[in-house]
Amino acid sequence: MKNFKHSKKRLACVFFLAALVAGVFTSCDKAVAAKENPELMKVYGESEAEMTSPPMVPRPVGKRAATKLIVNMEVVEKEMEMSDGVSYVYWTFDGTVPGSFIRTRVGDEVEFHLKNHPDSKLPHNIDLHAVTGPGGGAESSFVAPGHEAVFTFKTMNPGLYVYHCATAPVGMHIANGMYGLILVEPEGGLEPVDKEYYVMQGDFYTEGENGERGLQAFSMQKAVDEDADYVVFNGKVGGLTGDNALTAKVGETVRLFVGNGGPNLVSSFHVIGEIFDKVYLEGGAMINENVQTTLIPAGGAAIVEFKVEVPGNLVLVDHSIFRAFNKGALGILKVEGEENEKVFGGKIEEKVYNPGVTAIEEATEEVTEDAPLATTSLAEKMERGKQIYTQNCLACHQATGNGIPNAFPPLANSDYLNADVHRAIEVVKFGLSGEIEVNGNVYNSAMPKQNISDEDVANVLTYVYNNWGNNKTEVTAEMVKKAK
Amino acid sequence: MKTLTRLAVCIAIMIQGQAYSQSGAMVEVRGGEFIPLYGTKTEVPVGDFLMDVYPVTNAEFLEFVEQNPRWRKSQVKQLFADENYLRSWKNDLSLGSDNLPNSPVTNVSWFAAKNYCECQGKRLPSIDEWEYVAMANETSPDARSEKSYNQYILSWYETPNTFKNTVGNTFKNYWEVYDLHGLVWEWTSDFNSVMIGGESRQDSTGDNNLFCGAAAVGATDLMNYAAFMRYAFRGSVKARYSVKNLGFRCVRDIEKSNL
Repeated sequence: MKNFKHSKKRLACVFFLAALVAGVFTSCDKAVAAKENPELMKVYGESEAEMTSPPMVPRPVGKRAATKLIVNMEVVEKEMEMSDGVSYVYWTFDGTVPGSFIRTRVGDEVEFHLKNHPDSKLPHNIDLHAVTGPGGGAESSFVAPGHEAVFTFKTMNPGLYVYHCATAPVGMHIANGMYGLILVEPEGGLEPVDKEYYVMQGDFYTEGENGERGLQAFSMQKAVDEDADYVVFNGKVGGLTGDNALTAKVGETVRLFVGNGGPNLVSSFHVIGEIFDKVYLEGGAMINENVQTTLIPAGGAAIVEFKVEVPGNLVLVDHSIFRAFNKGALGILKVEGEENEKVFGGKIEEKVYNPGVTAIEEATEEVTEDAPLATTSLAEKMERGKQIYTQNCLACHQATGNGIPNAFPPLANSDYLNADVHRAIEVVKFGLSGEIEVNGNVYNSAMPKQNISDEDVANVLTYVYNNWGNNKTEVTAEMVKKAK
Repeated sequence: MKTLTRLAVCIAIMIQGQAYSQSGAMVEVRGGEFIPLYGTKTEVPVGDFLMDVYPVTNAEFLEFVEQNPRWRKSQVKQLFADENYLRSWKNDLSLGSDNLPNSPVTNVSWFAAKNYCECQGKRLPSIDEWEYVAMANETSPDARSEKSYNQYILSWYETPNTFKNTVGNTFKNYWEVYDLHGLVWEWTSDFNSVMIGGESRQDSTGDNNLFCGAAAVGATDLMNYAAFMRYAFRGSVKARYSVKNLGFRCVRDIEKSNL
C-alpha cells in the first residue's frame, strides 16, 4: 500500500513539473514574441496623455503596460515675442513653440485628436515621425479652422521623434513654429535620472533684419535661401535664459530631450562646461559616450545625459557659433551647489606677462613708472590709444564702438561714459560686473579688468572719449594712477 | 405646394434684392484666358460675367433668413450646415453686439451660400472665375508676378480676425471689385474639384506643380505659395462646414441681366 501511494505522489510530482516546464517554455515564447514585435503588444485600459509645455516633460512611463492613450492637441495661430521689441505671428501646437511634449510607451495605441481653433486662418495637420503610416498621420489629420480630426496609430518603435505640420506650403508651416517632440519609451521605460528637460532648436526667417523692431512678417525668400535671421531654442531669443533658464543641483544627472524643428539648419549641439556622458544618437537606440558636440538633423532629435559635478552656468549652444552669439541659439542651465575644487579649481593666480624683457629692464621700467611721466601730445595719445583699443577692446565693443546688442554696451555716444570719467577709469583698471544702463538699454554682464599700464589706460580712454560723439575728455596718466 | 411657395418667396426676394443698389451691387468682368495655379499648362477660358462688388454682408444675410426660416440658425438641417453655422450671431434674427451689419457674413455653409445666391437670381462663382478676378490689383488685371501684390496677400494671411472688418475695407481692384483679398476666404461653386488631400507632400494626381509644396516654390514662384494656401484651404472644407473666416459673394451670367 505504501508503495502504491508513494508512486502516485511521484507521478503527480512528475506531471506537475512537466506542466510547469511546458508552461514556462510556451509563455516565454509568447513574451519574447511580444517583446520583439510591438504590433502584438496588448493594451490595457485607456487614459488621457499628460501633455506639458516646454521645457517641462510629463512623468516617465516607468514600468506601466502599453495602454490606449488619448492625445488632445489644438492648433493656435498667435502673435508672440521673438526678441526684445520684435514680435512674430507664430502658428503653434497648443500655443507654444515647440508644441507640447507627448510621452508614450512602445506598443501604446494612440487616439490622436487634432483640433484647429476657429480663429485660425488656415487649415493644418500633423505628421508625427513616430507614426508608421501614410504621411505620419498628415493625411488623416488635415483639419479646417473650427474643426477636429481624430486618427489612431500604434507606437511601433521606441525613440525620440519630431512632429510637425505638413500642410502646403510645408516649409512655411514649419518655419512659423509648428513642431514638437514625441517620446516613445521602450518597455520598462528609460533609466531614471534626476532632471529631464525639453529643448528644441528652430530657425526663423523675417522680412526685417535680426533685431529690427515691430511685428515681423515671414520671408519666404530668405527661407528658400536658408538665410536665417533668428536661430533659437524654444521659440524665441532668451527662451532658455534669465527667468526661463533650466536648473539643476550639483551631483544630479540631467537628461535633455533635444529636438531640431529646422526648417533648414542642422544643429551642432554643445553644452559649454559639460561633456555628454551619454548621447542617444539621433534619438535612437545607439548610445555614444563622452561626447562634446552632437549633430541634430533638421527634423531630428537626440537625447543627451550628463551628471553635473560643479556649480555655475552651463551654456547650451549651437556650436555653429555665430548662431549662438548673433542669432539667439543660446540657453542657460544654472547649476547650484557645493564647489568641487578638485574637478574645477577655477582661477588660482593672475599676473603680468611681458615676453622678452630681462630683469634689469624690468627694474628700470618700474622706476620710470614712478617718475613723473613726460607729457605726450594728444595726437600721440590717440595713435597709441587706437592700437590698445584694437588689441584689447575691439573684439567686444567693435570697431565702430557700437558694441553688441544685449551683450556688450556701446562706447559710441555713451551717456554712461560721458557722465563720469573717473568711473570709466575704474572700469578699465579693475573690471566691472553687474547691471548697468547705457543709452537706455540694460546690460548685465562681466568685463574683465585690463592688464595694461596706467599710461595705456589713459591713452585708450583718451582715444574713446575723442571718438564717436563722446565728450572729448583727455585722460591723463595721473588721473589713472589716482584711481584705486 | 412647398416648392411653389419656396419659388414664390425666392422671386419676391429677388425683386426686393434688385431694389437695393448697395447690397448686391455688381460690376461687369470681361472674360479672358489665364493659367491658374493647378497643373494645366494651357490657358483656361473664363467668360464675361457680373460679380458682386462686395462679399455678402451680415445685414443682407439677416434679411435672407428673415424671409427663409429654414436657413435660420436654430432651424437649419444638419445635412446642410454643421454646428458652427452662424455661431457668432446672438440668435436666429439678431446679429448681437459682436457682429457689424456691414461686415461679411461668415460661419455659413456652402449650401446656405448657394441658396442665397440662387434666391437673388445669381450663383456662386467657379474657382476659375474667382481666381481670374482675384489676380488683379488696383491697376492691372494680372498682378500675380508683382511683389507688392503677393506681399499684401501674405501679410493678410498672418493678420488675425480680419473677418470683423466691414466690406470695402481693402482695395478696389482693376475690375472695381473689393475684398477678394484681405477680408475673408470665399466659397466657390466647385471648391472641391481640385484634388488636394491633407498630405501635401505626395499628392500626385498629375498636378505635381501644386502639391510638392515647398520644393516647387522658387524665387519666381512667390505668387504660388499665396495661392497654395487658398487651394489648401479649399481642400480642407466640406460643403456643410461653417468657418469663422469664410464668407462668399455671388456672380451672375451676363445674359440673365438683360431681363
